[in-house]
Amino acid sequence: METKVDLNQKIQTNKKAKLRNQFRVDLIGFTFIAPWLIGFVGFIVGPMIASLYFSFTDYDLLSAPTWVGFDNYINMFTNDDRFWQAIKVTFIFVFGSVPLKLAFALFVAMLFNTKRRGVGVYRTLYYVPSILGGSVAIAVVWRQLFGREGAINDILGIFGIQGMNWISSPDFALSTLILLVVWQFGSPMLIFLAGLKAIPTELYEAAAVDGAGPVLKFIKVTLPMLSPVIFFNLVMQTIQGFMAFTQSFLITQGGPMDKTLFYAVYLYEKAFAYFDMGYASALAWILLLICAIFTAFIFKTAKNWVHYESEGGN
Amino acid sequence: MKKSKSARTVIYHSSIIALGFLMIYPILWTIASSLKPENEIFRNSSSLIPSFLKWENYAAGWEGFGGLTFGTFFLNSTFVTTMVVIGTLFSSTLVAFGFARVNFRFRTPLFVCMLITLMLPQQVTLIPQYILFHKLGWVNTYLPLIVPSFIGGIPFFIFLMVQFIRGIPRELDEAAYMDGASTFGIFWRIILPLTTPALATVAIFSFYWTWDDFMTPLVYLNDTKLYTVALGLQMFTDPSALSAWGPMFAMSVVSILPQLLVFLFFQKYLVEGITAGSVKG
Repeated sequence: METKVDLNQKIQTNKKAKLRNQFRVDLIGFTFIAPWLIGFVGFIVGPMIASLYFSFTDYDLLSAPTWVGFDNYINMFTNDDRFWQAIKVTFIFVFGSVPLKLAFALFVAMLFNTKRRGVGVYRTLYYVPSILGGSVAIAVVWRQLFGREGAINDILGIFGIQGMNWISSPDFALSTLILLVVWQFGSPMLIFLAGLKAIPTELYEAAAVDGAGPVLKFIKVTLPMLSPVIFFNLVMQTIQGFMAFTQSFLITQGGPMDKTLFYAVYLYEKAFAYFDMGYASALAWILLLICAIFTAFIFKTAKNWVHYESEGGN
Repeated sequence: MKKSKSARTVIYHSSIIALGFLMIYPILWTIASSLKPENEIFRNSSSLIPSFLKWENYAAGWEGFGGLTFGTFFLNSTFVTTMVVIGTLFSSTLVAFGFARVNFRFRTPLFVCMLITLMLPQQVTLIPQYILFHKLGWVNTYLPLIVPSFIGGIPFFIFLMVQFIRGIPRELDEAAYMDGASTFGIFWRIILPLTTPALATVAIFSFYWTWDDFMTPLVYLNDTKLYTVALGLQMFTDPSALSAWGPMFAMSVVSILPQLLVFLFFQKYLVEGITAGSVKG
């Protein structure tokens, strides 16, 4: 009887000690992640809740926000042509630039996936645009390159083609911006290259034994083996595409005739040119929703086309 | 057989060089234009060879306008970037160690939260953060640019460090623990020295993103004296200020020079950083 009590007591104190120990570990853990946790609560979760609230108000930063219910959202969907224009432009931009960029990145990565000499130097060369592409300097340059008297027209002139100011052309302005981001294909290219290097050569050898040519090898071996990497690039690039701002803001200012009005530029205008913080917050939430839907869609379809080695029972 | 192989090699190299030339043509063109006399920038504009090198463009551009030289913008950018790099190194190492090595409760859900914020569009928090900083009286100071880095503002870096620390054998921690080291001691003396390559990657990336960043300074800085290089350069492109193209190109070159130099010297770390998150995971 006594020993049983003793044992119980022992378990009890043991539990207590364990709890105390866990508490100590918690304390250490939270101390380490404190910087992030403060930022997460104070600069992300808090502001997001505030932003959700503001999206239901009329707020100009000077006077207190006034509650307007769903007015901002209703206005946006029924009464704001520029909102729809921004959606349209952004979708064309994302669906135009992301596939092109990834295809080009994969193409270049395959060129570099060789043991030939000099590839390291080439890789550096091809990556330079991606280092500088987002800068104001390149935005400035782009405007001049594609301007009426720019280098592009000069080159076209050699072939007898009459150029135009591509940046201020309603038909071509958006394409020049797409070209600019496709040109910055470096990061997905490096990721593809690492992915390609990880594909075991035996798979290609086996395919060759089965009589597969280069095209079939690409479809049957390269693409499936690369699918996790394609998936990663697709998610990252799509989100980045929806967030694009600098190119449109600096090169075309959304023009001509709103033909390059990126969603982020429209949002910036509403918030910091008109100080319509309520409406801009509503715009931000719609952007979040769009990104979430697309990401969820890509994740959802992933099981049909993303092939993981461990599942394949390699 | 041998001949066709060498022919293929020649075709391979020449086509890659041709395509590569096309890739960096805009950058070469910028450098060329920065040294061209004014009347050549638009005549024969595709040419990469100026008739003579007009270095005066650089002097004229550096002078800036309104009594502010480009040197001011350069100093401002250097200060902001340095602080952000320090802040990022500080927060990402501490937080990553916590997530990778300490078994506290709620670790997994919090880690998932952090991964979700990786994919959060910047615009969503932009407005409420602006309102917050506005209320704090931080608008038109460097605080909104710098402070977020000290509190893990860019979760990508934490993620990168977590991936890296997870690759360090746990036996090292345990051995140090047996020797009586505290958790912080393990972090400071064992883990931190081993993460140097990852620290380099984080530092280089945060340097790039801060140097390049246009939207944040645009939103928060009003006073031209505080302008970073990105904003200063944008002033050059203002149609009302635009009188000299040569100096504008010259300052474009100057503004990308630090990025170019860092890239050429440290590209190894950059490549590792880009591929670390995607392929290992």
